[in-house]
Amino acid sequence: MDFTDKTYKIKVGLAEMLKGGVIMDVINPDQAKLAEQSGAAAVMALERVPSDIRADGGVARMAAPEIIEEIKKAVTIPVMAKCRIGHFAEAEILQALEVDFIDESEVLTPADYKYHVDKWKFKVPFVCGCRNLGEALRRIAEGAAMIRTKGEAGTGDVSEAVRHLREINRAIKTLTTMSDEELNGAAKEMSAPLSIVKVVAKLGKLPVPNFAAGGIATPADAALVMKLGAESVFVGSGIFKASNPEKRGRAIVTAVTQFSDPKALADCSRGLGEAMKGQPAAEIPDDKLLQIR
Amino acid sequence: MYERLKIGVLALQGDFERHLYQLTALGASGREVRLSKDLSGLDGLIIPGGESTTMNNLIDRFSLRQELSAFVKHKAVWGTCAGMIMLATRINDSTIEPLGAIDITVTRNGYGRQVFSFFTDLNLTLGDKNVIVPASFIRAPLVNKTGDAVAVLAKYDNHPILLSQGNCLVSSFHTELHSDKTLLKYFIDKFVLPAQALQPTNGI
Repeated sequence: MDFTDKTYKIKVGLAEMLKGGVIMDVINPDQAKLAEQSGAAAVMALERVPSDIRADGGVARMAAPEIIEEIKKAVTIPVMAKCRIGHFAEAEILQALEVDFIDESEVLTPADYKYHVDKWKFKVPFVCGCRNLGEALRRIAEGAAMIRTKGEAGTGDVSEAVRHLREINRAIKTLTTMSDEELNGAAKEMSAPLSIVKVVAKLGKLPVPNFAAGGIATPADAALVMKLGAESVFVGSGIFKASNPEKRGRAIVTAVTQFSDPKALADCSRGLGEAMKGQPAAEIPDDKLLQIR
Repeated sequence: MYERLKIGVLALQGDFERHLYQLTALGASGREVRLSKDLSGLDGLIIPGGESTTMNNLIDRFSLRQELSAFVKHKAVWGTCAGMIMLATRINDSTIEPLGAIDITVTRNGYGRQVFSFFTDLNLTLGDKNVIVPASFIRAPLVNKTGDAVAVLAKYDNHPILLSQGNCLVSSFHTELHSDKTLLKYFIDKFVLPAQALQPTNGI
């Protein structure tokens, strides 16, 4: 664990460049092009979007190389791809395919219920999901260059992303008020390295970019998480499961840039057609939640 | 000495917050530029790193192009990475319409994808000073051609990486990620202040 490592700086550097930009889930080159045209700063190459993974069931894995390669050819913006939690072989394959970012994601079926990928060993940066500060700091300790909320993917219900953002904000605020003794205790409680806990206490924020993901379906959802301190958003099923993906994609990009201007938000929210139908996260039984992975 | 300066950072997408943080740390006042009205009264502008495709798209979506083009013609402007692409004259990607503030031809992601991004300490000669600055090249643009009026201020691996023409400075790399203010000071001293001296003043 060396945060002064030059490769690590480059990894966090790309995460910094993606701030204020929307990252969209896509499953083919046409969707990727449409995402790029609507102003996405990156695309996430997938075999199925989270709402389909949820509906279809079965084991969800890394996308096939040919899907990733076709998407890489279709766009000039960075291409991300997901690997299963702990599946370092999938991660090595994604690195060999020269994807720009790897999402070690709870949306796919975990490969290892005990250990995450040791992300320090990779040249490609990783983003990982979290529900609270402890998870965020453990992932950063493993080498993640970007953190995102888990939310509850594939639901179109933003409430879990909001819960996770608020939880992280609250925990960071508490750290900033703590004495050294209390920080020792907090590190122990969160099972996170004390050195990172101290950095967060001093900065008053995470040392890597913090994005929101999981259930974002409208421009207003995107504005809400930005106002709660997210530095940008991932949109999964919310765009291509809506009736007019092109307009909705554009509108969510506008909302992320103009999140503090309610008038602009009203304008970009007009005439978008139907949002994805979705499913309230509270109706999902605990053992079917993706975020507990 | 920089207190009176108002410098904007194009805040459509990218690492604009890092630049604003650096400006504040130097004692200048920074301003996020998202709409054309945000350009008024600025002494200079920084176009940050990020995705040039996204920036290009949003410049048109928020009707910034006309005023931005006018601004970069006569005011000091510094483009880093994607900012360099936006300020160039020709790009290898027809979907992007650059602002043409500096006569260079640029290839987007010319150094390759993220696995080829790199960090290095650069030895630069700025004016009569030799300095070492930490630099990240992140999916960086590559300068292929430079016009006669362009000054090449530094090269890496035989390719120009820091260039200027008139009021415009461009770099293909990032120093702001490392909280290094050397280039920002250089931009203010050699570009913002001289350009400001040429502007008509209303008295103080």
